Amino acid sequence: MKSNRIVITVVGKDKVGIIAGVANVLAKYNANIVDISQTIMQEFFTMIMIVDISKCTVDFSTLKQLLDQCAQELQVKITAQHEDVFHYMHRI
Amino acid sequence: MPVTFGADEILETIRMIEAEHLDIRTITLGISLNDCSGSDAETIIKKIYNKIIKYGENLVPVAEEIERDYGIPIINKRVSVTPLSLIAALRDEEEYVKCAHAMDRAAKEIGVDFIGGFSALVHKGFTKQDRLLVNAIPAALSETERVCSSVNVASTKAGINMDAVYVMGQKIKETARRTAHKESIGCTKLVVFCNAPEDNPFMAGAFHGVGEPEAAVNVGVSGPGVVLKAIKQHSDADLGTIAEIIKKTAFKVTRMGELVGRAASERLKVPFGIVDLSLAPTPAVGDSVASILEAMGLERCGGPGTTAALAMLNDAVKKGGAMASSYVGGLSGAFIPVSEDAGMVEAVEAGSLSLEKLEAMTSVCSVGLDMIALPGDISAETIAAVIADEAAIGMINNKTTAVRVIPVEGKKAGDRVEFGGLLGSAVIMDYKKFDASGFVVRGGRIPAPIQALNN
Repeated sequence: MKSNRIVITVVGKDKVGIIAGVANVLAKYNANIVDISQTIMQEFFTMIMIVDISKCTVDFSTLKQLLDQCAQELQVKITAQHEDVFHYMHRI
Repeated sequence: MPVTFGADEILETIRMIEAEHLDIRTITLGISLNDCSGSDAETIIKKIYNKIIKYGENLVPVAEEIERDYGIPIINKRVSVTPLSLIAALRDEEEYVKCAHAMDRAAKEIGVDFIGGFSALVHKGFTKQDRLLVNAIPAALSETERVCSSVNVASTKAGINMDAVYVMGQKIKETARRTAHKESIGCTKLVVFCNAPEDNPFMAGAFHGVGEPEAAVNVGVSGPGVVLKAIKQHSDADLGTIAEIIKKTAFKVTRMGELVGRAASERLKVPFGIVDLSLAPTPAVGDSVASILEAMGLERCGGPGTTAALAMLNDAVKKGGAMASSYVGGLSGAFIPVSEDAGMVEAVEAGSLSLEKLEAMTSVCSVGLDMIALPGDISAETIAAVIADEAAIGMINNKTTAVRVIPVEGKKAGDRVEFGGLLGSAVIMDYKKFDASGFVVRGGRIPAPIQALNN
């Protein structure tokens, strides 16, 4: 993997503390949020984060597990994928 | 670095994976067995086993790592090897069966669900080894779990070896009998080819061709669900627009194959072979090629208009896919494996899809008569005649065609059989009960066709 950025998406019912919850996990393991955007689409909270994990203290699969735990606590759905997936699919 | 994607693009990708069954159907590691010859069976079999383990042991861990990193499901991890009859100078059928057992053990050891290459290329004639291997197929497929076999009986350049066609009709029947207790499932692992590709990643027909390198990573993508969704969103578009939509979607789907193939190649330190641009369905609802044709406006797959719709779909998938990948190969076309496609099974049940219509459909798309369950009382001669028809389509049109039919012992037309997993379930299809044995038993070779006067 050349770049070390991942795309995290969070979808779920809107409530207090979703951003804080996810950001907390990322901060705890030194993953840097490069960009964040958030909208409410048809009552659903949708957040997209671009996160640099080159200095992250845990590896990607561990981080994914941690985010999964976080998703369960917040009752939202979190996906995390390497940025290349989106590069390959949407850019020539 | 600025953010380079829109939210809609990101969400589109996620929706494709989560809701529309976008996945990598298979990463298939081709391994050459050229250096596995020896003076006795024990040496040869040991060499083959060791080589598969040596090259293949990292395949599953690497594929799982890629799956985690990119968040794209990789459904199957598989291995294909050099057609066994070319390298293993074994002395009798029993030794070939032993070799199949060794391949099966190696596949289990490295955790792949199928291993292809129990194969022979006999389009012009049998060598001694080819004959032994082909005779060993029914035993090999009934005694092993993961070994897949393919036999190339025809090519555009050589014509159709009708002796081989007849033999394969008999071997399919024998395999069905030997696995009668499990719905004749042995036949799901046996493909008879015309113009077999050397770099096909899809089972059961995968083998590592003679022109291939020491090892290569080949990738097969899937995405009927994604194409279906895209078409459904444009219910009143004309067919040119639909073709455009399919092209764009196929491009995106294939890019995932390219990404995964390159990552696997890098991590396995094995050259990247090809991406197979096939639209491979699964029994999951909504992941069906038949449903795509129906979304284009057909009442049922198999009815009038089906061949035209499929031709357009197949061509658009190739056009979009070819742009997305640097190396395209394998079968590359829409698959129509009946039992593996819920929409096809429904079409058979509704009476719209027949063996004859499927044959017509295979003249405009890849693969051929695939995963078709037939009554158990069908004769070897009739199966051979079906193979000959299919091989003729491939030979004349300079394309790959194949036959993978399952004459299910003890079942009759209309009965249902369950093969399980990705192999799906099927309704036994009827066939025309006119005898072709007089034609088939003549044997000999149908000469290669003239290619210049092509009407």
